[in-house]
Parts: sequence; structure tokens; C-alpha cells
Amino acid sequence: MPDLGQHAAFIIAAYAVTFVAIAALAFFIVEDDRKQHRLLAELEARGIRRRSARGLSEAKPKSARKPARKRT
Amino acid sequence: MISLANPTRFLSLVGRIVPWLAAATFFLLGIGLYLSLFVAPPDYQQGETVKIMFIHVPSAWLAMFGYMLIAASALGTLIWRHPLADVAAKTAAPIGATFTFIALVTGSLWGKPMWGTYWVWDARLTSVLVLFLLYLGLIALWNAIEEPGRAGRAAAILALVGAVNVPIIHYSVVWWNTLHQPASVFRLGGPSIDPALLTPLFVMAIAFTLLFVLLHLIAMRAEILRRRVQALQRTRVEQAAFAEA
Repeated sequence: MPDLGQHAAFIIAAYAVTFVAIAALAFFIVEDDRKQHRLLAELEARGIRRRSARGLSEAKPKSARKPARKRT
Repeated sequence: MISLANPTRFLSLVGRIVPWLAAATFFLLGIGLYLSLFVAPPDYQQGETVKIMFIHVPSAWLAMFGYMLIAASALGTLIWRHPLADVAAKTAAPIGATFTFIALVTGSLWGKPMWGTYWVWDARLTSVLVLFLLYLGLIALWNAIEEPGRAGRAAAILALVGAVNVPIIHYSVVWWNTLHQPASVFRLGGPSIDPALLTPLFVMAIAFTLLFVLLHLIAMRAEILRRRVQALQRTRVEQAAFAEA
């Protein structure tokens, strides 16, 4: 540990507050990210999917679709 | 850039970037802390308390950067009504608030041994406190309105009104008498800080900025997923009601 002089307590307190604040922020953000991933996976496991995701899996192949009508 | 505005493509990109960004952030933070605590010499006037500068100044820069990011995103919300703009603004607020809090606390802890007081109601300190309160107000507004679109537009208006505070913070040390020192890094004539102190400051500033971006990307991903989860839960309720009918 370096010699921080007569004001060591202020320097240590400043670094400690910074560490705790950033660690708490990072913890909440990462935990929230994990929670949302888990919730989404649970819903999808029950077969509840977004329309766009359903569209991808249920879409007919291009050859099976009707050609668009020409406007006259 | 336009393709990144698609939330699905954005999520895919975040998944690829985050591990590399996390590695770069921790690497630079390690170097920055080593330079700050073990290599940087004491200042001829402030002694070892100058070490507080290496966390205080980057935090203060990011406090303003975070708010400018929110203000720019607010324009995206109000003009283009793009959902990613609102997601970016909403998720930047807690991160910006945290860095503002760190800037205020470390500034007070630096002020006591140097000025003889933890706090004075001068323009710089008061305008940064106002910035912190603006962040809290924005967070409260986003949480008070349930519908994300309405909440985003209301917060965007408040964010743009509050943006006037950022130049006030920056120029407060020029316009008014204050205990706070004037700009000593980004100024005409170059930095007035010795390179032995400037190098750790820049390394810490880059490391803190990478940390901000890293946390912001993860928070944006979580917010996009939260909105998808809420939409799916609504779908499930609607399906259940339809089945009962």
C-alpha cells in the first residue's frame, strides 16, 4: 500500500465510495439482465412467442405462397 | 447505423461486443488504478490528495456525458419516435446518476482537506447537485408512467429542458467566483497539469468511459428484453381471456 500522507482517510474513503457505488450499479444491471433473459426463456418454453418469432417458424416456404395480384 | 436501430440486430451485436468490452474495461481499470495509486507523484500543492482527482474528474465528465446522451436520445424519441432511443435514454439515467453521485462525494472528500469544507453553495457544486436531482427526477418519471411510450416522451421533454444545465456546469467556473479550480485539461493553450499526473488521469478517464458504455449496453439489452417479456405476458393474458370466452 502506498503512503497516502496525512489525508489518507479522505483518499481511502473516496476510492471506497467509488468502488461500492460502481459495484452496486454493476450488480443491479447484470442481475436485471439475467432476470429478463430467464423470464423470456420461461415464456418461450411455454410456447408464448413474439409475433415476429412465430412468423419465422410458421411461415410458409416462398414457393407455397400465392403470387401477388397484379393491379390493373 | 440504421440496421443497428433494429432491436434484434442490436441485441445480437451487444452479445458479441460485451465480452471484449468487459475485458478491455477491466484491463484499463487495472492499469489506471496502478498508475493512480502507485506511480503518480504527489502534487506540489495538494500532496497525495491529488489521487482523488483520478476518480473525481472522470466521474464528473461522465456525469455530463450521460446527460448529453440522454438529451440526444430524447431528440430521437420525440422526432423519430424510435423505441431504441427511449431505451438508451432510460438506461443511461441510473448510470449517469451514479457517476454524478461519485463526483459529488469524491469532490466533497477532496474539498475538506483542500478548501477546509465539504460543501459550499457555489455555482459549480450547486449545478452538479441540480444535475443529480435531474437524473433522479427522470428516473422517477420513467417509473411513474406505466406505458413506456408515454413515459419516454414525457421524460424526453424533461431531459431536453434540463440539458440547459450542462453548459452551466461547464462554464460555471468561468462565469462566477468559485472555490472550484477552472478547467485544467481541456483548455486553450493545452492542459496545465503535469504529464506525470495527466497520464493516469487519461487512462482512468478512458477506463471509466468504457465502463459506462459496457454497463449501458447491458442495461439496454435488459430493457429491450423487459419490454418483450411484458408484451408476451400481455399476449398470454389475452390468449387466456379468449380461451375462456
